[in-house]
Amino acid sequence: MPGMKAHYAVVSGMLVCAGMTPAHAAEAPPGAASCSGCHAAKPNVDTLVPRLAGQDAGAMVTAMQAYRSGQRPATVMDRIAKGFSDDEIKAIAAWFSAQP
Amino acid sequence: MFPRPLVAQGAQPRIVVIGGGFAGATAARFLKRTDTRLDVTLVEPNPIFTACPFSNEVIAGLRDMRVQLFRYDHIAGDGVAVVHQAAAAVDSQARIVTLGNGTKLNYDRLVLAPGSDPRFDALAGYDEAASERMPHAWKAGAQTLLLRRQLAAMEDGGTVVMALPALPYRCPPASYERASLIAYYLKTKKPRSKLVVLDAKDTFSMQRLFENAWKELYPNLEWMPASSGGNPNGVDVAAMTVSSDFDTYKADVANVIPPQKAGRIAELAGTADRTGWCPVEPVTFESRLVPGIHVLGDAAIAGAVPKSAFASNAVAKICAAAVARLVRGETPATPKFVNTCYSVVAPDYGFSIAGVYQPVNGQWLEVEGAGGVSPVDVPRAFRSQEAKFANGWFNTITSEIFG
Repeated sequence: MPGMKAHYAVVSGMLVCAGMTPAHAAEAPPGAASCSGCHAAKPNVDTLVPRLAGQDAGAMVTAMQAYRSGQRPATVMDRIAKGFSDDEIKAIAAWFSAQP
Repeated sequence: MFPRPLVAQGAQPRIVVIGGGFAGATAARFLKRTDTRLDVTLVEPNPIFTACPFSNEVIAGLRDMRVQLFRYDHIAGDGVAVVHQAAAAVDSQARIVTLGNGTKLNYDRLVLAPGSDPRFDALAGYDEAASERMPHAWKAGAQTLLLRRQLAAMEDGGTVVMALPALPYRCPPASYERASLIAYYLKTKKPRSKLVVLDAKDTFSMQRLFENAWKELYPNLEWMPASSGGNPNGVDVAAMTVSSDFDTYKADVANVIPPQKAGRIAELAGTADRTGWCPVEPVTFESRLVPGIHVLGDAAIAGAVPKSAFASNAVAKICAAAVARLVRGETPATPKFVNTCYSVVAPDYGFSIAGVYQPVNGQWLEVEGAGGVSPVDVPRAFRSQEAKFANGWFNTITSEIFG
Protein backbone atom coordinates (compact mmCIF):
# COMPACT_ATOMS: atom_id res chain seq x y z
CA MET A 1 0.00 0.00 0.00
CA PRO A 2 1.82 3.10 -1.22
CA GLY A 3 0.06 5.46 1.20
CA MET A 4 1.19 3.38 4.16
CA LYS A 5 4.79 3.36 2.99
CA ALA A 6 4.85 7.15 2.79
CA HIS A 7 3.39 7.30 6.29
CA TYR A 8 6.18 5.15 7.70
CA ALA A 9 8.77 7.32 5.99
CA VAL A 10 7.40 10.43 7.69
CA VAL A 11 7.31 8.75 11.11
CA SER A 12 10.88 7.51 10.91
CA GLY A 13 12.00 10.97 9.80
CA MET A 14 10.37 12.47 12.86
CA LEU A 15 12.05 9.96 15.14
CA VAL A 16 15.46 10.90 13.77
CA CYS A 17 14.71 14.58 14.43
CA ALA A 18 13.50 13.90 17.95
CA GLY A 19 16.65 11.93 18.74
CA MET A 20 18.83 14.82 17.64
CA THR A 21 17.03 17.41 19.82
CA PRO A 22 18.05 20.43 17.75
CA ALA A 23 19.60 23.24 19.81
CA HIS A 24 17.88 25.95 17.86
CA ALA A 25 14.13 26.44 18.13
CA ALA A 26 11.80 26.73 15.16
CA GLU A 27 11.46 30.35 14.11
CA ALA A 28 8.12 32.12 14.30
CA PRO A 29 6.69 33.16 10.91
CA PRO A 30 6.83 36.88 9.97
CA GLY A 31 4.77 39.00 12.37
CA ALA A 32 4.10 36.24 14.91
CA ALA A 33 6.83 37.15 17.39
CA SER A 34 5.31 40.59 18.06
CA CYS A 35 1.87 39.19 19.05
CA SER A 36 3.21 38.22 22.48
CA GLY A 37 3.58 41.90 23.33
CA CYS A 38 -0.15 41.79 24.15
CA HIS A 39 -1.12 38.09 23.92
CA ALA A 40 0.68 36.47 26.83
CA ALA A 41 2.87 33.49 26.04
CA LYS A 42 2.54 32.27 29.62
CA PRO A 43 -0.65 31.54 31.51
CA ASN A 44 -1.57 33.51 34.67
CA VAL A 45 -0.77 36.94 33.29
CA ASP A 46 -3.24 39.58 34.49
CA THR A 47 -4.82 40.74 31.20
CA LEU A 48 -8.13 40.63 29.36
CA VAL A 49 -6.35 39.73 26.11
CA PRO A 50 -6.60 36.00 25.29
CA ARG A 51 -3.58 33.74 24.93
CA LEU A 52 -3.00 32.42 21.41
CA ALA A 53 -0.88 29.37 22.21
CA GLY A 54 -2.72 26.14 21.55
CA GLN A 55 -5.80 27.81 20.06
CA ASP A 56 -7.53 26.34 17.03
CA ALA A 57 -5.78 27.57 13.87
CA GLY A 58 -9.00 27.73 11.81
CA ALA A 59 -10.72 29.84 14.45
CA MET A 60 -7.77 32.23 14.56
CA VAL A 61 -7.80 32.61 10.76
CA THR A 62 -11.55 33.27 10.78
CA ALA A 63 -11.18 35.84 13.58
CA MET A 64 -8.33 37.67 11.84
CA GLN A 65 -10.22 37.79 8.54
CA ALA A 66 -13.31 39.13 10.32
CA TYR A 67 -11.20 41.79 12.07
CA ARG A 68 -9.66 42.72 8.74
CA SER A 69 -13.00 43.10 6.98
CA GLY A 70 -14.46 45.06 9.89
CA GLN A 71 -17.10 42.37 10.42
CA ARG A 72 -15.87 41.70 13.93
CA PRO A 73 -15.76 44.75 16.20
CA ALA A 74 -12.45 45.52 17.89
CA THR A 75 -10.49 48.26 19.60
CA VAL A 76 -7.17 47.59 17.87
CA MET A 77 -7.21 44.17 16.14
CA ASP A 78 -9.06 45.61 13.14
CA ARG A 79 -6.18 48.03 12.55
CA ILE A 80 -3.57 45.30 12.99
CA ALA A 81 -5.28 42.60 10.89
CA LYS A 82 -5.29 44.93 7.86
CA GLY A 83 -1.51 44.58 7.70
CA PHE A 84 -1.54 40.84 7.02
CA SER A 85 -2.36 38.70 3.96
CA ASP A 86 -4.32 35.44 4.13
CA ASP A 87 -1.12 33.43 3.78
CA GLU A 88 0.59 35.35 6.57
CA ILE A 89 -2.44 34.93 8.82
CA LYS A 90 -2.54 31.19 8.15
CA ALA A 91 1.15 30.79 8.95
CA ILE A 92 0.82 32.77 12.18
CA ALA A 93 -2.29 30.81 13.22
CA ALA A 94 -0.62 27.47 12.50
CA TRP A 95 2.41 28.49 14.53
CA PHE A 96 0.42 29.61 17.58
CA SER A 97 -1.82 26.55 17.51
CA ALA A 98 1.32 24.40 17.75
CA GLN A 99 2.68 26.30 20.77
CA PRO A 100 2.29 24.70 24.21
CA MET B 1 28.52 38.61 2.43
CA PHE B 2 27.99 36.86 5.77
CA PRO B 3 30.93 35.90 7.98
CA ARG B 4 32.02 32.34 8.49
CA PRO B 5 29.51 30.19 10.35
CA LEU B 6 30.74 29.81 13.90
CA VAL B 7 28.56 26.86 14.88
CA ALA B 8 29.96 24.69 12.11
CA GLN B 9 33.46 25.18 13.51
CA GLY B 10 32.32 23.76 16.83
CA ALA B 11 32.89 27.02 18.69
CA GLN B 12 30.20 28.38 20.98
CA PRO B 13 29.34 31.76 19.46
CA ARG B 14 29.64 34.57 21.99
CA ILE B 15 26.97 37.24 21.93
CA VAL B 16 27.23 40.21 24.28
CA VAL B 17 24.15 42.36 24.86
CA ILE B 18 24.65 45.78 26.46
CA GLY B 19 21.60 47.27 28.15
CA GLY B 20 18.89 45.41 30.06
CA GLY B 21 15.79 47.37 29.10
CA PHE B 22 12.88 46.33 26.91
CA ALA B 23 15.12 45.82 23.89
CA GLY B 24 18.28 44.37 25.44
CA ALA B 25 16.67 42.07 28.00
CA THR B 26 14.34 40.70 25.31
CA ALA B 27 17.25 40.17 22.93
CA ALA B 28 19.36 38.34 25.52
CA ARG B 29 16.52 36.05 26.56
CA PHE B 30 15.39 35.25 23.03
CA LEU B 31 18.93 34.69 21.74
CA LYS B 32 19.38 31.97 24.35
CA ARG B 33 15.90 30.62 23.71
CA THR B 34 16.43 30.60 19.94
CA ASP B 35 19.69 28.69 20.16
CA THR B 36 20.86 27.13 23.42
CA ARG B 37 24.39 26.79 22.01
CA LEU B 38 24.86 30.55 22.04
CA ASP B 39 26.98 31.97 24.85
CA VAL B 40 24.90 35.03 25.78
CA THR B 41 26.03 37.72 28.24
CA LEU B 42 23.78 40.59 29.30
CA VAL B 43 25.65 43.64 30.58
CA GLU B 44 23.47 45.94 32.70
CA PRO B 45 24.71 48.05 35.63
CA ASN B 46 21.43 48.08 37.57
CA PRO B 47 20.41 44.92 39.44
CA ILE B 48 16.80 46.10 39.23
CA PHE B 49 15.10 47.41 36.10
CA THR B 50 12.67 50.33 36.42
CA ALA B 51 10.13 50.29 33.60
CA CYS B 52 9.30 53.65 32.05
CA PRO B 53 5.87 52.79 30.55
CA PHE B 54 3.21 53.65 33.15
CA SER B 55 5.71 55.74 35.14
CA ASN B 56 3.52 58.75 34.27
CA GLU B 57 0.93 57.18 36.57
CA VAL B 58 3.56 57.04 39.30
CA ILE B 59 4.22 60.76 38.81
CA ALA B 60 0.48 61.45 39.10
CA GLY B 61 0.24 59.41 42.31
CA LEU B 62 -1.93 56.76 40.67
CA ARG B 63 0.55 53.91 40.80
CA ASP B 64 3.14 52.56 43.17
CA MET B 65 6.72 52.61 41.90
CA ARG B 66 7.20 49.07 43.18
CA VAL B 67 5.11 47.60 40.34
CA GLN B 68 7.56 49.20 37.88
CA LEU B 69 10.51 47.20 39.24
CA PHE B 70 11.83 43.96 37.72
CA ARG B 71 14.77 41.70 38.44
CA TYR B 72 16.95 39.75 36.02
CA ASP B 73 16.76 36.43 37.90
CA HIS B 74 14.60 34.62 35.37
CA ILE B 75 16.75 35.78 32.46
CA ALA B 76 19.78 34.42 34.29
CA GLY B 77 17.75 31.27 35.01
CA ASP B 78 17.39 30.74 31.26
CA GLY B 79 21.16 30.47 30.96
CA VAL B 80 22.06 34.09 30.14
CA ALA B 81 25.14 35.35 32.00
CA VAL B 82 23.92 38.58 33.61
CA VAL B 83 26.74 40.94 34.57
CA HIS B 84 25.85 43.98 36.65
CA GLN B 85 28.54 46.30 35.37
CA ALA B 86 28.55 49.33 33.12
CA ALA B 87 30.08 48.92 29.68
CA ALA B 88 33.04 51.31 29.52
CA ALA B 89 34.44 50.72 26.04
CA VAL B 90 33.97 48.75 22.84
CA ASP B 91 36.85 47.75 20.56
CA SER B 92 34.97 46.87 17.40
CA GLN B 93 38.15 45.77 15.59
CA ALA B 94 39.26 43.24 18.21
CA ARG B 95 35.61 42.62 19.16
CA ILE B 96 36.10 43.22 22.87
CA VAL B 97 33.84 44.98 25.37
CA THR B 98 35.55 46.42 28.46
CA LEU B 99 33.41 46.71 31.58
CA GLY B 100 33.61 49.34 34.32
CA ASN B 101 35.59 46.97 36.55
CA GLY B 102 38.13 46.29 33.80
CA THR B 103 36.77 42.87 32.78
CA LYS B 104 37.07 42.20 29.07
CA LEU B 105 34.43 40.28 27.16
CA ASN B 106 35.13 38.89 23.70
CA TYR B 107 32.23 38.79 21.33
CA ASP B 108 31.39 37.42 17.91
CA ARG B 109 28.39 39.70 17.73
CA LEU B 110 27.51 42.63 19.97
CA VAL B 111 23.97 43.88 20.57
CA LEU B 112 23.75 47.46 21.86
CA ALA B 113 20.52 48.50 23.53
CA PRO B 114 21.58 51.46 25.70
CA GLY B 115 18.37 53.47 25.31
CA SER B 116 18.51 57.22 25.01
CA ASP B 117 20.41 59.82 27.03
CA PRO B 118 19.38 63.42 27.63
CA ARG B 119 21.43 65.93 25.66
CA PHE B 120 22.70 68.28 28.30
CA ASP B 121 24.18 70.61 25.67
CA ALA B 122 21.00 71.26 23.71
CA LEU B 123 18.79 73.52 25.82
CA ALA B 124 20.43 76.65 27.29
CA GLY B 125 20.91 76.27 31.03
CA TYR B 126 19.73 72.66 31.16
CA ASP B 127 22.61 70.44 32.27
CA GLU B 128 22.74 67.42 34.55
CA ALA B 129 22.75 69.59 37.71
CA ALA B 130 19.67 71.45 36.39
CA SER B 131 17.85 68.13 36.01
CA GLU B 132 18.01 67.74 39.79
CA ARG B 133 15.90 70.91 40.14
CA MET B 134 13.89 70.52 36.95
CA PRO B 135 13.59 66.78 36.45
CA HIS B 136 13.21 65.31 32.98
CA ALA B 137 11.88 62.04 34.41
CA TRP B 138 12.43 60.56 30.95
CA LYS B 139 14.39 57.69 32.43
CA ALA B 140 12.32 55.93 35.07
CA GLY B 141 13.72 55.81 38.60
CA ALA B 142 14.99 58.58 40.85
CA GLN B 143 13.91 61.25 38.33
CA THR B 144 10.34 59.89 38.31
CA LEU B 145 10.13 60.00 42.10
CA LEU B 146 11.70 63.47 42.21
CA LEU B 147 9.01 64.88 39.92
CA ARG B 148 6.32 63.11 41.93
CA ARG B 149 7.65 64.61 45.18
CA GLN B 150 7.85 68.10 43.67
CA LEU B 151 4.23 67.91 42.50
CA ALA B 152 3.12 66.63 45.90
CA ALA B 153 4.99 69.45 47.68
CA MET B 154 3.64 72.21 45.42
CA GLU B 155 1.11 74.62 46.95
CA ASP B 156 -2.32 74.68 45.38
CA GLY B 157 -2.48 77.57 42.94
CA GLY B 158 0.97 76.82 41.54
CA THR B 159 2.07 76.56 37.93
CA VAL B 160 3.64 73.45 36.45
CA VAL B 161 5.62 74.02 33.26
CA MET B 162 6.52 71.19 30.91
CA ALA B 163 9.02 71.60 28.05
CA LEU B 164 8.86 69.11 25.17
CA PRO B 165 11.55 68.65 22.51
CA ALA B 166 11.39 68.21 18.74
CA LEU B 167 11.43 64.71 17.21
CA PRO B 168 13.06 62.24 17.38
CA TYR B 169 13.08 61.22 21.01
CA ARG B 170 11.98 58.32 23.20
CA CYS B 171 8.24 57.59 23.07
CA PRO B 172 6.85 61.02 22.03
CA PRO B 173 3.19 60.16 22.86
CA ALA B 174 4.25 59.62 26.47
CA SER B 175 4.95 63.34 26.81
CA TYR B 176 1.29 64.13 26.06
CA GLU B 177 0.17 61.28 28.30
CA ARG B 178 2.29 62.83 31.05
CA ALA B 179 0.77 66.27 30.46
CA SER B 180 -2.67 64.66 30.75
CA LEU B 181 -1.88 62.83 33.97
CA ILE B 182 -0.22 65.86 35.59
CA ALA B 183 -3.39 67.79 34.67
CA TYR B 184 -5.40 64.97 36.26
CA TYR B 185 -3.33 65.22 39.43
CA LEU B 186 -3.77 69.00 39.60
CA LYS B 187 -7.49 68.82 38.86
CA THR B 188 -8.12 66.28 41.60
CA LYS B 189 -5.56 67.36 44.23
CA LYS B 190 -4.68 71.01 43.52
CA PRO B 191 -7.62 72.45 41.61
CA ARG B 192 -6.44 76.08 41.57
CA SER B 193 -3.18 75.07 39.85
CA LYS B 194 -2.42 74.95 36.14
CA LEU B 195 -0.13 73.26 33.64
CA VAL B 196 1.57 75.02 30.74
CA VAL B 197 3.08 72.77 28.08
CA LEU B 198 5.77 74.42 25.94
CA ASP B 199 6.29 72.36 22.81
CA ALA B 200 8.92 72.46 20.07
CA LYS B 201 6.34 70.79 17.79
CA ASP B 202 3.11 71.92 16.12
CA THR B 203 1.64 68.49 15.59
CA PHE B 204 1.96 65.17 17.36
CA SER B 205 0.77 61.58 17.32
CA MET B 206 -2.87 60.93 18.37
CA GLN B 207 -3.31 64.72 18.56
CA ARG B 208 -7.09 64.82 18.09
CA LEU B 209 -7.58 62.15 20.71
CA PHE B 210 -5.42 64.01 23.21
CA GLU B 211 -6.95 67.40 22.43
CA ASN B 212 -10.48 66.04 22.74
CA ALA B 213 -9.60 64.51 26.11
CA TRP B 214 -8.06 67.79 27.26
CA LYS B 215 -11.16 69.72 26.15
CA GLU B 216 -13.37 67.28 28.00
CA LEU B 217 -11.29 66.78 31.16
CA TYR B 218 -8.54 69.34 31.56
CA PRO B 219 -9.34 73.05 31.25
CA ASN B 220 -6.27 73.50 33.50
CA LEU B 221 -3.90 72.38 30.70
CA GLU B 222 -2.58 74.92 28.22
CA TRP B 223 -0.62 73.51 25.26
CA MET B 224 1.60 76.02 23.46
CA PRO B 225 2.80 74.71 20.09
CA ALA B 226 5.91 76.13 18.41
CA SER B 227 3.79 78.22 16.05
CA SER B 228 2.26 79.99 19.06
CA GLY B 229 5.71 80.68 20.49
CA GLY B 230 5.82 77.57 22.64
CA ASN B 231 9.21 76.30 21.47
CA PRO B 232 11.27 75.97 24.69
CA ASN B 233 14.72 77.51 24.24
CA GLY B 234 16.25 77.64 27.72
CA VAL B 235 15.87 77.42 31.45
CA ASP B 236 17.07 79.44 34.44
CA VAL B 237 17.27 77.09 37.38
CA ALA B 238 17.94 79.81 39.98
CA ALA B 239 14.93 81.83 38.86
CA MET B 240 12.88 78.67 38.20
CA THR B 241 11.90 79.90 34.76
CA VAL B 242 11.53 78.22 31.40
CA SER B 243 11.73 80.47 28.38
CA SER B 244 10.14 79.97 25.00
CA ASP B 245 10.55 81.86 21.75
CA PHE B 246 7.95 84.45 22.90
CA ASP B 247 7.89 84.50 26.68
CA THR B 248 9.36 83.43 30.00
CA TYR B 249 7.34 81.23 32.32
CA LYS B 250 7.80 81.11 36.09
CA ALA B 251 7.39 77.56 37.30
CA ASP B 252 6.65 76.13 40.71
CA VAL B 253 7.45 72.74 39.23
CA ALA B 254 9.26 72.36 35.91
CA ASN B 255 9.44 69.11 33.96
CA VAL B 256 11.96 69.64 31.20
CA ILE B 257 12.25 66.87 28.64
CA PRO B 258 15.40 67.79 26.73
CA PRO B 259 16.44 66.67 23.25
CA GLN B 260 18.01 63.21 23.35
CA LYS B 261 20.57 60.97 21.69
CA ALA B 262 21.54 57.32 21.75
CA GLY B 263 22.99 56.08 25.04
CA ARG B 264 26.68 56.88 25.49
CA ILE B 265 28.14 53.44 24.78
CA ALA B 266 26.58 53.59 21.28
CA GLU B 267 28.60 56.72 20.62
CA LEU B 268 31.77 55.19 22.12
CA ALA B 269 31.33 52.14 19.91
CA GLY B 270 31.20 54.37 16.85
CA THR B 271 27.64 53.36 15.95
CA ALA B 272 26.07 56.84 16.38
CA ASP B 273 26.14 59.28 13.48
CA ARG B 274 26.13 63.08 13.60
CA THR B 275 22.47 63.12 14.66
CA GLY B 276 23.47 61.27 17.84
CA TRP B 277 21.39 58.22 16.87
CA CYS B 278 22.43 54.89 15.31
CA PRO B 279 21.49 54.04 11.74
CA VAL B 280 20.89 50.29 11.27
CA GLU B 281 20.05 47.80 8.55
CA PRO B 282 16.53 46.42 8.58
CA VAL B 283 16.14 42.66 9.18
CA THR B 284 19.35 42.27 11.21
CA PHE B 285 19.49 45.67 12.97
CA GLU B 286 23.21 45.59 12.28
CA SER B 287 24.84 49.00 12.48
CA ARG B 288 25.33 50.76 9.15
CA LEU B 289 28.57 52.15 10.57
CA VAL B 290 30.22 49.28 12.46
CA PRO B 291 29.98 45.64 11.33
CA GLY B 292 29.33 43.00 13.97
CA ILE B 293 27.36 45.40 16.17
CA HIS B 294 23.55 45.40 16.22
CA VAL B 295 21.68 48.36 17.71
CA LEU B 296 18.18 48.01 19.15
CA GLY B 297 15.56 50.08 20.90
CA ASP B 298 15.49 53.82 21.39
CA ALA B 299 19.15 54.23 20.38
CA ALA B 300 18.53 53.04 16.82
CA ILE B 301 17.16 54.93 13.86
CA ALA B 302 15.51 52.29 11.71
CA GLY B 303 13.17 53.96 9.24
CA ALA B 304 9.64 54.07 10.60
CA VAL B 305 10.32 51.90 13.66
CA PRO B 306 8.88 53.80 16.65
CA LYS B 307 10.91 54.47 19.78
CA SER B 308 8.50 52.56 22.00
CA ALA B 309 8.81 49.74 24.51
CA PHE B 310 6.49 47.60 22.38
CA ALA B 311 8.58 48.06 19.24
CA SER B 312 11.83 47.57 21.18
CA ASN B 313 10.58 44.18 22.40
CA ALA B 314 9.32 43.23 18.92
CA VAL B 315 12.49 44.14 17.03
CA ALA B 316 14.66 42.52 19.69
CA LYS B 317 12.98 39.20 18.88
CA ILE B 318 13.58 39.82 15.17
CA CYS B 319 17.22 40.68 15.83
CA ALA B 320 17.70 37.62 18.06
CA ALA B 321 16.41 35.34 15.28
CA ALA B 322 18.62 37.10 12.71
CA VAL B 323 21.76 36.93 14.86
CA ALA B 324 21.17 33.24 15.60
CA ARG B 325 21.00 32.63 11.85
CA LEU B 326 24.03 34.78 11.05
CA VAL B 327 26.28 32.87 13.43
CA ARG B 328 25.11 29.63 11.78
CA GLY B 329 26.09 31.13 8.43
CA GLU B 330 22.47 31.35 7.28
CA THR B 331 20.55 34.23 5.74
CA PRO B 332 18.00 35.82 8.09
CA ALA B 333 14.32 35.52 7.16
CA THR B 334 12.41 38.61 6.08
CA PRO B 335 10.60 39.82 9.19
CA LYS B 336 7.48 41.81 9.91
CA PHE B 337 6.17 43.20 13.18
CA VAL B 338 3.32 44.99 14.91
CA ASN B 339 3.60 47.98 17.22
CA THR B 340 0.81 49.09 19.54
CA CYS B 341 1.23 52.04 21.91
CA TYR B 342 -1.37 52.94 24.49
CA SER B 343 -1.78 56.30 26.16
CA VAL B 344 -3.81 56.49 29.36
CA VAL B 345 -4.91 60.09 29.97
CA ALA B 346 -7.07 59.48 33.06
CA PRO B 347 -7.99 56.40 35.05
CA ASP B 348 -10.15 54.28 32.77
CA TYR B 349 -9.53 56.51 29.73
CA GLY B 350 -7.08 55.16 27.14
CA PHE B 351 -6.45 55.14 23.41
CA SER B 352 -3.85 53.72 21.08
CA ILE B 353 -1.83 53.95 17.93
CA ALA B 354 -0.91 50.79 16.07
CA GLY B 355 1.17 49.99 13.01
CA VAL B 356 2.38 47.01 11.02
CA TYR B 357 5.97 47.28 9.76
CA GLN B 358 7.99 45.53 7.08
CA PRO B 359 11.29 46.19 5.31
CA VAL B 360 10.92 47.67 1.82
CA ASN B 361 13.98 48.52 -0.28
CA GLY B 362 16.32 48.43 2.70
CA GLN B 363 14.15 50.43 5.06
CA TRP B 364 11.42 49.74 7.61
CA LEU B 365 8.09 51.11 6.40
CA GLU B 366 4.56 50.94 7.71
CA VAL B 367 2.23 48.67 5.75
CA GLU B 368 -0.19 51.00 4.02
CA GLY B 369 -3.86 50.64 4.86
CA ALA B 370 -3.10 49.09 8.23
CA GLY B 371 -2.59 50.60 11.67
CA GLY B 372 -3.61 54.08 12.73
CA VAL B 373 -5.16 55.57 15.84
CA SER B 374 -8.24 54.76 17.92
CA PRO B 375 -11.49 56.13 16.50
CA VAL B 376 -12.41 59.65 17.59
CA ASP B 377 -16.15 59.29 18.11
CA VAL B 378 -16.69 56.33 20.38
CA PRO B 379 -18.49 55.87 23.70
CA ARG B 380 -16.47 56.15 26.90
CA ALA B 381 -16.71 52.37 27.33
CA PHE B 382 -14.34 52.03 24.36
CA ARG B 383 -11.75 54.26 26.11
CA SER B 384 -12.23 52.25 29.28
CA GLN B 385 -11.62 49.02 27.40
CA GLU B 386 -8.41 50.39 25.86
CA ALA B 387 -7.21 51.52 29.30
CA LYS B 388 -7.70 47.95 30.50
CA PHE B 389 -5.83 46.61 27.45
CA ALA B 390 -3.02 49.06 28.21
CA ASN B 391 -2.65 47.60 31.70
CA GLY B 392 -2.79 44.10 30.28
CA TRP B 393 -0.09 45.00 27.77
CA PHE B 394 2.27 46.13 30.56
CA ASN B 395 1.70 42.92 32.52
CA THR B 396 2.15 40.77 29.43
CA ILE B 397 5.28 42.33 28.00
CA THR B 398 7.07 42.56 31.34
CA SER B 399 6.15 38.93 32.03
CA GLU B 400 7.63 37.88 28.69
CA ILE B 401 10.86 39.75 29.33
CA PHE B 402 11.40 39.41 33.09
CA GLY B 403 8.88 36.79 34.27
